[in-house]
Amino acid sequence: MSRLDVRKTYKLYVGGAFPRSESGRSYQVTDAKGRFLANAALASRKDARDAVVAARKAFPGWSGATAYNRGQVLYRVAEVMEGRRDQFAAEVAAAEGRTVARARSAVEAAIDRLVWYAGWSDKVAQVAGSANPVAGPFFNFSVPEPTGVVAVVAPQRSALLGLVSVVAPAVVTGNTAVVLASQTMPLPAVTFGEVLATSDVPGGVVNILTGQVAEVAPWLASHMDVNGIDLTGAGLDAADLEAAAAENLKRVRRPAGPDTDWAADPGTGPMLAFLETKTVWHPVGL
Amino acid sequence: MGTVFEYAPAPESRAVVTLRPSYGLFIDGAFVEPADGSAFATVNPATEEVLAEVGEAGAADVDRAVKAARRAYTRTWSRMSGRERGKYLFRIARIIQERARELAVLETLDNGKPIRESRDVDVPLVAAHFFYYAGWADKLDHAGFGPDPRPLGVAAQVIPWNFPLLMLSWKIAPALAAGNTVVLKPAETTPLTALLFAEICQQADLPPGVVNIVTGAGRTGQSLVEHPDVDKVAFTGSTEVGRLIARAVAGSRKKVTLELGGKAANIVFDDAPVDQAVEGIVRGVFFNQGHVCCAGTRLLVQESVADEVLRSLKRRLGTLRLGDPMDKNTDIGAINSAVQLERIEAMSMVGEAEGAQRWSAPCALPDRGYWFPPTVFTGVSQVHRIAREEIFGPVLSVLTFRTPKEALAKANNTPYGLSAGVWTDKGSRILYMAQHLRAGVVWANTFNHFDPTSPFGGYKESGYGREGGRHGLEAYLDV
Repeated sequence: MSRLDVRKTYKLYVGGAFPRSESGRSYQVTDAKGRFLANAALASRKDARDAVVAARKAFPGWSGATAYNRGQVLYRVAEVMEGRRDQFAAEVAAAEGRTVARARSAVEAAIDRLVWYAGWSDKVAQVAGSANPVAGPFFNFSVPEPTGVVAVVAPQRSALLGLVSVVAPAVVTGNTAVVLASQTMPLPAVTFGEVLATSDVPGGVVNILTGQVAEVAPWLASHMDVNGIDLTGAGLDAADLEAAAAENLKRVRRPAGPDTDWAADPGTGPMLAFLETKTVWHPVGL
Repeated sequence: MGTVFEYAPAPESRAVVTLRPSYGLFIDGAFVEPADGSAFATVNPATEEVLAEVGEAGAADVDRAVKAARRAYTRTWSRMSGRERGKYLFRIARIIQERARELAVLETLDNGKPIRESRDVDVPLVAAHFFYYAGWADKLDHAGFGPDPRPLGVAAQVIPWNFPLLMLSWKIAPALAAGNTVVLKPAETTPLTALLFAEICQQADLPPGVVNIVTGAGRTGQSLVEHPDVDKVAFTGSTEVGRLIARAVAGSRKKVTLELGGKAANIVFDDAPVDQAVEGIVRGVFFNQGHVCCAGTRLLVQESVADEVLRSLKRRLGTLRLGDPMDKNTDIGAINSAVQLERIEAMSMVGEAEGAQRWSAPCALPDRGYWFPPTVFTGVSQVHRIAREEIFGPVLSVLTFRTPKEALAKANNTPYGLSAGVWTDKGSRILYMAQHLRAGVVWANTFNHFDPTSPFGGYKESGYGREGGRHGLEAYLDV
């Protein structure tokens, strides 16, 4: 007689914990062929606000950590994912309707992308900063600093590689993030949250919500304690979300085209979108 | 307390400037009348004398200017080598240096700022900006934005009245160096130096349409920003208008940079040399009549030295000379407009009504023109509007603190994040404060210095994007 599966409850990931939606709601997630996979939490406005509070609370510690430390933590995430490749491959295959072999290559690309970004942590300041030869007796330099709390509307059609490709560049530089996972393929994102929770990522640095873009994203876009928003996966809602983000002049990363190749080299743009440049002057003299 | 020194008047001659009675718009290399013939007057804020009539561009004129810029972009400027573009910018920089006095005098007449500032700060920095970005034009592939960074196309640029020509240079120099063409709208109270700059473009034989200047007020700016054929919007001005622009371009392809308001903290620790700190406070908030977005309008002074610093500050403010901006001895010029003067007066009334103590430097105000004396509010708390809102005038709000952490918390307790100042003799404290202040520019033991090589711009609601330096190129490249 075959053993009965122990199924997983897919929950939110907020402040390092895995709560259900405070609203008590859930929604059915199906595979690419429409077969039932699981019930995911249907995040509410309150969940979004709780996630922002958690991200804000985590910001001083994470942005104040050394770049070396953030790099090691991100590399640790890659290590832990590596050990769960099969689980991710199965989830991505079901979600995206791919063969397990192709899903596996997407998972491997996601892990490699984390390694790539881990290495950027202590290099981006050297690439994006500068010493400025001002015409006067001053020492003057510019350094990049994280923008703050960044809301991320993750890509809709790339459940893991797309997700990692927007989350890693935001947090490697010291931002903290509230991520709205792909609406129809949220399960790999929840499992990614489990990896983060066991990889020395401080609670609140990455918060993952599952639910409807149209319901949750407007609250993030208009939230006055969110400093930036990545609209990569926002699709047709992007223009309204960008307009809402104007209220406190959030930095906005506009949506990617529908046929984005997530395997391609992302360049430094995704990191630079949520970095500020600070310039410091000091007189030189005896 | 009267003035310490008596000075004879030392007026700069205005003979170097030839004002025309009226000016048209500068479109496609020529001065043209607005389609509907609208015009407005620009006045000298120190005398209320009308200086000239200036054309008011309507939507049709803006469209004409954008079309000229598009044509110049497609046919000429985007095809020209970086080296040749750079040579045009070097030429412009040189003509600005040659005509520096004329530009300084005209700036002071139209804006009301002291000739000492327009002559020694604004105009030299304008020339320096063109000179700096001229050199980038043929080196863009070394700027760190990939091997072949492309220009965006037509840039719509809207600038404020506090540094009219300097803000023009911050906008036009990097845009042209990167290969874009521009339509620029100067502020309605200070259009004249932009129009003189248009003449300089003609003298430099800059191809028609590369630079277009449309004068007008908010409606003109709105037409420009919302024009469907602009690829880039650059704005310097109030946070309120910045929000409107961010909303207006939402969902479009237009790249945006915004340099907006500020409420900078200038933090004085008990180990700072008091006299130097006082000079820095004065420079921080009374430079250019306080019409500076990055002005150090919130003085945070450590409690143990607050009395001493304030005594010294008031004594110093008593020596500032307010009056004729054309006088070479003048420190404080005219408020730029009647509207701005009203705002400053209204906010000062609010300060008093909320319970802060108002002190103004004892100086006589001229009978004509718009004037406001250097003013200090003490007993200010963080909830007071004069500690939270930008006044954009010569008004300082003084708060105190006990510990560095408290100073940081107070300094960062604002939706703005443009600049900040720190005064202390302790090196490690300077670096700690510089690291933790959420502001785009931190001046340590100095204040209000600017340089074309030095990136400038805000955190939070002070806007986004940087102007100046290598970073300033990104705003005008498709990266």
